[in-house]
Amino acid sequence: MQTFEYAKPAGVEKALSATGKFIAGGTTLVDLMKLHVEQPKTLIDINLLPLDKIEQLPDGGLRIGALVRNSDLAWNADVKAHYAVLSEAILSGASPQLRNMATTGGNLMQRTRCAYFREPEAGTPGGYGCNKRTPGSGCAAMEGFHRTHAILGTSDQCIATHPSDMCVAMAALEATIHVEGPRGKRAIPIAEFHKLPGATPHLEHALEAGEIITHVDLPKPVAGAKSVYLKLRDRASYEFALASAAVVLKVEGGKIRYARVAMGGVGTKPWRAHEAEATLVGKSADAATFRKAAEAALANAKPRKDNAFKVELAKRCVTRALTMATA
Amino acid sequence: MATGTLEALPGKVGVATPRIDGPLKTSGMAQYAADFHFEGMVHAVPVCASIPSGKIRRLDTRAAEAMPGVLLVLHHGNIGSLYRTVPGDQDATNSEVRTAFEDETIRHWGQYVAVVVAETLEQATAAAHAVNVEYEPDAANLRVRLSEYDGKRKSASKRGDPDAAFASAPVKVDATYVTPDETHNPIELHASVAHWEGERLTMYETSQGVVNHRVVLAQTLGLPLENVRVITRFLGSGFGGKLFPWPHASMAAVAAKRLNRPVKLSLDRRMMFSNVGYRPRTEQRVKLGATNDGKLLALRHDYLNVTSQLDDFDEGCGEATPYLYSVANLEVTSAQPRRHVGAPMWMRGPGAVPGLYATESAMNELAAELKMDPVKLRLVNDAAKDESNGKQFSSRHFRECFEVGAKKFGWEKRTLGVGSMKRDGKILGWGTAGASWVAISLPCTANVEFHANGRVSVRSATQDIGTGTYTVFAQVLHDKTGMPLETIDVVIGDSSLPDGPMSGGSMVTGSVLNAISNATTAATGKLLKLATETEGSPLQGADVKTLALTAGRVHKQGEAAESGTPFAEILAAARLNGIAAEGKTTPSWEDPKAKDVSLHSYGAQFVEVEWEPEIARLRVSRVVTVIDGGRIINPKAAANQIAGAVVMGVGMGLLEETIRDPRTGQPINGSLADYLMATSADAPEIDVTFLDYPDPAMGEYGARGVGEIGLAGVAAAITDAVYHATGIRVPELPVRIEDLLESKVMNA
Repeated sequence: MQTFEYAKPAGVEKALSATGKFIAGGTTLVDLMKLHVEQPKTLIDINLLPLDKIEQLPDGGLRIGALVRNSDLAWNADVKAHYAVLSEAILSGASPQLRNMATTGGNLMQRTRCAYFREPEAGTPGGYGCNKRTPGSGCAAMEGFHRTHAILGTSDQCIATHPSDMCVAMAALEATIHVEGPRGKRAIPIAEFHKLPGATPHLEHALEAGEIITHVDLPKPVAGAKSVYLKLRDRASYEFALASAAVVLKVEGGKIRYARVAMGGVGTKPWRAHEAEATLVGKSADAATFRKAAEAALANAKPRKDNAFKVELAKRCVTRALTMATA
Repeated sequence: MATGTLEALPGKVGVATPRIDGPLKTSGMAQYAADFHFEGMVHAVPVCASIPSGKIRRLDTRAAEAMPGVLLVLHHGNIGSLYRTVPGDQDATNSEVRTAFEDETIRHWGQYVAVVVAETLEQATAAAHAVNVEYEPDAANLRVRLSEYDGKRKSASKRGDPDAAFASAPVKVDATYVTPDETHNPIELHASVAHWEGERLTMYETSQGVVNHRVVLAQTLGLPLENVRVITRFLGSGFGGKLFPWPHASMAAVAAKRLNRPVKLSLDRRMMFSNVGYRPRTEQRVKLGATNDGKLLALRHDYLNVTSQLDDFDEGCGEATPYLYSVANLEVTSAQPRRHVGAPMWMRGPGAVPGLYATESAMNELAAELKMDPVKLRLVNDAAKDESNGKQFSSRHFRECFEVGAKKFGWEKRTLGVGSMKRDGKILGWGTAGASWVAISLPCTANVEFHANGRVSVRSATQDIGTGTYTVFAQVLHDKTGMPLETIDVVIGDSSLPDGPMSGGSMVTGSVLNAISNATTAATGKLLKLATETEGSPLQGADVKTLALTAGRVHKQGEAAESGTPFAEILAAARLNGIAAEGKTTPSWEDPKAKDVSLHSYGAQFVEVEWEPEIARLRVSRVVTVIDGGRIINPKAAANQIAGAVVMGVGMGLLEETIRDPRTGQPINGSLADYLMATSADAPEIDVTFLDYPDPAMGEYGARGVGEIGLAGVAAAITDAVYHATGIRVPELPVRIEDLLESKVMNA
């Protein structure tokens, strides 16, 4: 780790006027600093900012402060009652210690676990190309270890998986990210918050220089809908998803009236499966419909040698999550 | 109070006894190597090579040396003289042939090229990153597959004509099994704290063998043996990775000498994956020939394991093969292809654990071929004597392990068809395998002393790897003197004590207990004699043969202990601070009761897996383990050992693999998040049973040690259960989701 300056402002305005890298829970940033992947000159500790509340919105939605800890969010009574998919997603990730530190805003900014991105020796002989870490240096994962890598939203520059569980649930819930910056406040739908790698995998999100996430709004819960998060992985705990699915499903009279499907562990960003949703709405809620939706969700998958199994695994994951949401 | 209750009190040999060192550990008072701090101590951080093969062209330390707090950068150019240890000398066993910075050739990714010492850990870490190394890379051989090896193979065991017998056998299995590189991941990182006082060096080490460690360091550093002391009071486990010294220890010692300040060097988890050994990849071809009734006719076990460029590391996969079953025609051969990788090192149950995964998997495939109960197949081929050398077994209850295990597991309810068993909407798979592990008593010495303050102590230069050595030693002393556990001091983990064995091979309990017993008998004899000869002793003038020591009191035999004199009073009358004696253990190869018999522990594993085909989720749900490990001194600690080994077996079967980048050989999953081991959530319901037959060849207590055997056979039982549930046989560990997605077994 390299030496750095450290500031701890008390208000949003003060934080915005400071120049440097924001740090909240630090569960990703400190790790990457130790690996020399992140080498900020200044850290601006935002933990004193008054952004740690969960509040009901007048329209029936829920406002989550950017500094709400993952544990507090997952165990919040409103979240558990009305946004079960979000609670389940958070509790399936990391470990209790990490969830106690990690924040809502930090989770949105979480960076990939790709081994080559995390390798600090890039640039030396034996170092690995990573277009996300060092633009233009190549992608060592393509011909290297990529069993855990993405099959959706990839480019010839990057196949790194977005690691978050929370964001997948938020994608299915159609959350809105509220940010504040030098040019004022604005709201970004979660679908537009994370960027596809394309030719610029180092550009990961829609935040502009100096902008800070202040809160995340969840829309009013869909009446009569049931939501589920299902995560599949090698071991039972403390592992990123090989495939996961967040679904919000409303069934009336045997027919599907409302469907939101998002996937984790398979995409370069939290992956909203619009194609799956389109095949579901208006159809009867049965195994054949669910499998058809899963096929649609993975229709554009681009697997490589060692992650080809994720196509079938993700299909089974979506199918089972939809089944669970109708149980 | 009934006698039975008294006998069952904790502390008695054979009774579940909580760790006497438990309070020290739970309160943070137990001092592990990296917990030692000294005035003026500074910190060392190694610099690791970022290529797998080549030469150092230039190593520029100027930037690093100019950084705040930096005191020293050691490398090939300035390390000075370090010496290799004598090849093959078992009393001076090193982990790597090469000494630290011996030359400028890089032979594996991560090899140490320099070490930076600074006032603080943070300064040293930052400066280590600033050491600029230019390399001249060479081609690296990093091929994962070993099977194209066509060089010489050595024969480890041979009898009859296995090839002819296999060729004519009516039923055959011919299969190749693969185990990957696996990394030891004790919670405690390797660490060395080097502290010089003049020409005398004390090393606080994470060592599974302080006696050997001391000899190696003295030889490596060119010091008189008496000038070196190695201390390991507590170990946060090692799994074999800490058996012998690694180069970082001498790096710390040289730096401390050069700076005339104590130096601490603690590896980080990444270095744990590349610089301190691993269980090497094995590829094992097993051929079994049998009659239609399942009687083995031929067994061939030909294995390869990877090794490094300079070290000749033989995993020894054929360890259990020659004696486990009765078969007239058998051969075990091996070879060790080299790659540009670090030196391998023994990992829990070395040889036998990967070896039994292969041979027991082949037995399960043979049972399937024969449509025979795999338990019955083992019983049909049970051996009456060790057919590799004609010796009788000292104490073998392999058959009973299977019979007891089958009953506890409910094995008779197993239905044969793949996917034929179900529970709560999940498909069940059941599998079994046999287990075995060597037993041996090593020569060692213990010192037992009665102290004037009323306490009793035992001293021996062995270690508690974290599994209960402190406690079983105290139990033996309690057994021999009747003194309560809280008045007993166990002093170990210091090379200045009488020579004790390595904490390896499950050998400490089976070795040291006899020395402790002999020392206690000798010290008690001295004490009783003192009681008869000391002026003022109530027993002065008594015949020593009529005296006994009970609950710390010397008394006349046939009279109540309460009538006797506390030994402290006798010592006080004699104006002695204490009275002590040494005791030794005769090694098995000299002991008349042991040298002509075949000494092993045995076990049987029964495993249940749950398979959810709809989501390709496979979990181990239940394990029944029956262990024939000689007499069990502390059933609580022993069961803990076996249960932990079973959980490790779940990892071996389904999760663990050190994944190397194909271009650099770097372990790229080198963290506890990325290298998958079983978590608590992966731990099945575990039922451990000990048969508890004392082994007459293991001395007074008949204990054989149970550190490793619990892991043997687990992976083979898991893969057989996986086959039973899914119809997929995976001959390469770990079994992964992608293997099982091919399963045609569906619930619906």
